[in-house]
Amino acid sequence: MIRWMLILLALALPAAGQEQIVAGMSQNRVSITADFDGSEILIYGAVKRDAPPPEGGPLEVIVTVEGPATPVAVRRKGRVAGIWVNNASVLVDSAPSFYAVATTGPLNHILSDTDNLRYGITIERVIRAIGISGEADKAGEFILALLRVRTNEGRYRILEGKVELTEDTLFRSDVVLPANLTEGEYKVRLFLLRDKRVIASQERVIGVRKEGLERFIFNLAQEQPLIYGLLSLVLAALAGWGASAAFRLIRV
Amino acid sequence: MQLYLPIAEVSVNAFLILGLGGIVGFLSGMFGVGGGFLITPLLFFIGVPPAVAVATGANQVVASSISGVLAQLKRKGVDFTMGTVLLVGGVIGSAIGVWVFALMTRLGQIDLFVQLSYVLFLGLIGALMFQESLRSLLKSRKAGGAPVRRAHVHSWVHGLPFKMKFRASGLYISVIPPALIGVAVGFLSAIMGVGGGFILVPAMIYLLGMPTKVVIGTSLFQIIFVTSFTTVMHAVNSQTVDMMLALLLILGGVIGAQIGTRVGVRLKAEQLRILLSLLVLTVSIRIAVDLLVTPDELYSVAPGVLP
Repeated sequence: MIRWMLILLALALPAAGQEQIVAGMSQNRVSITADFDGSEILIYGAVKRDAPPPEGGPLEVIVTVEGPATPVAVRRKGRVAGIWVNNASVLVDSAPSFYAVATTGPLNHILSDTDNLRYGITIERVIRAIGISGEADKAGEFILALLRVRTNEGRYRILEGKVELTEDTLFRSDVVLPANLTEGEYKVRLFLLRDKRVIASQERVIGVRKEGLERFIFNLAQEQPLIYGLLSLVLAALAGWGASAAFRLIRV
Repeated sequence: MQLYLPIAEVSVNAFLILGLGGIVGFLSGMFGVGGGFLITPLLFFIGVPPAVAVATGANQVVASSISGVLAQLKRKGVDFTMGTVLLVGGVIGSAIGVWVFALMTRLGQIDLFVQLSYVLFLGLIGALMFQESLRSLLKSRKAGGAPVRRAHVHSWVHGLPFKMKFRASGLYISVIPPALIGVAVGFLSAIMGVGGGFILVPAMIYLLGMPTKVVIGTSLFQIIFVTSFTTVMHAVNSQTVDMMLALLLILGGVIGAQIGTRVGVRLKAEQLRILLSLLVLTVSIRIAVDLLVTPDELYSVAPGVLP
């Protein structure tokens, strides 16, 4: 009887969520204005417990921030008749425009492969590339190249050890959003882990939007392209005429 | 001061862009060219996406050409009849160019196509111009004066049908050659984001035999309309005109152009042409090197669409 209860208890523990996340963010919207030069977001939280911390490995925290995903074309240059030409390409179904993973420790020490696969935590698990192997030989290299290029651009970041965890209860992490940000909903996910397994998770959203003049110009270009094009011309004409007129005044 | 460009979606230093516009404006004022062939590659180098650089470059050329044509109008340096014929061709060429541009973007070969056009046309024109101006410079040194040239040379161009009178140029020639030149320039304007003055000016002098005094004004007149058309076409087709970027470039450019014009007046025509040809050749070689040298990163990533 007691043995059965223990087993039941053991099974119920992860599901019941004995440890839960209470999370907050310094801001849940980012405005891209004319002087936008990147933004830093503080993601913080606490671990809520109904009982003393369970036995087992130490508590670990992973925070991910994911920008809106789009299909991307990855192209490879090759030498054709002496010049470098794009001669092979692979279309990746979906790759986020931004992705940051912040952790309390080295990823391979705190996260198991199965849970990584299940929750899609590292960037390799977030990129969806189904059936690319048929598109080009060595299709895997294109995915690696995508990761490399976007990492160099600062779009994909692995911030191991950049989550501070205090007293196994409070945690915080700063994630820097770069200046070349795309608009859209940025998904923030928080994971609590013990023994390489996810024991609790939570999701938040940061809205990134162009504001003010940026918003106005972008909307006009998208929704009224003809008027936008003509307006660009009028501005160009005014500036061209204005400058020569101004210099004529100076000369006199 | 960092400025976020709404269409290019990159953050750039506003003073850098103003400076770029200023330098290019200075050169264009000095040499009487639109400067698009410098602006567009420079924008590539600072990280503006090629499609945005080309479309915005065209918009910038509109401003500098208007500024230039106003000065030429006072000197009666515009042949409106010739300009209109060139223009009709130009609009057709530009429409074809915008279509090819969109096609190449889809195929992922736009960068190569733009680069090859630059190398080919700038290299060719630069080399021709260099050779010609070097020769006339040497000749003027020897003779101690400017070479005497006939008003225009009769060639096969003058044997074609549909002849028309171009009063301001003092020409009576077929409309076919100018219309074809217009098509070629319009096409290049859409592909390379340039006004095409560097092709139009030599073509008008050497192919059509137009007098030099109306060449620059007429070329600017034609360029205003072709680049305007190109700008609107790009804005409608691919939403790649960045107004903020264009304004900064124009602001720097018009100021630079006014200073450049003053400096240009002090130099001799042959010296100016040699300097311009060297500049054109440098840009062409710089881009050619990019195509020939093994790149650091063989892969590139572009947002795509699912077929």
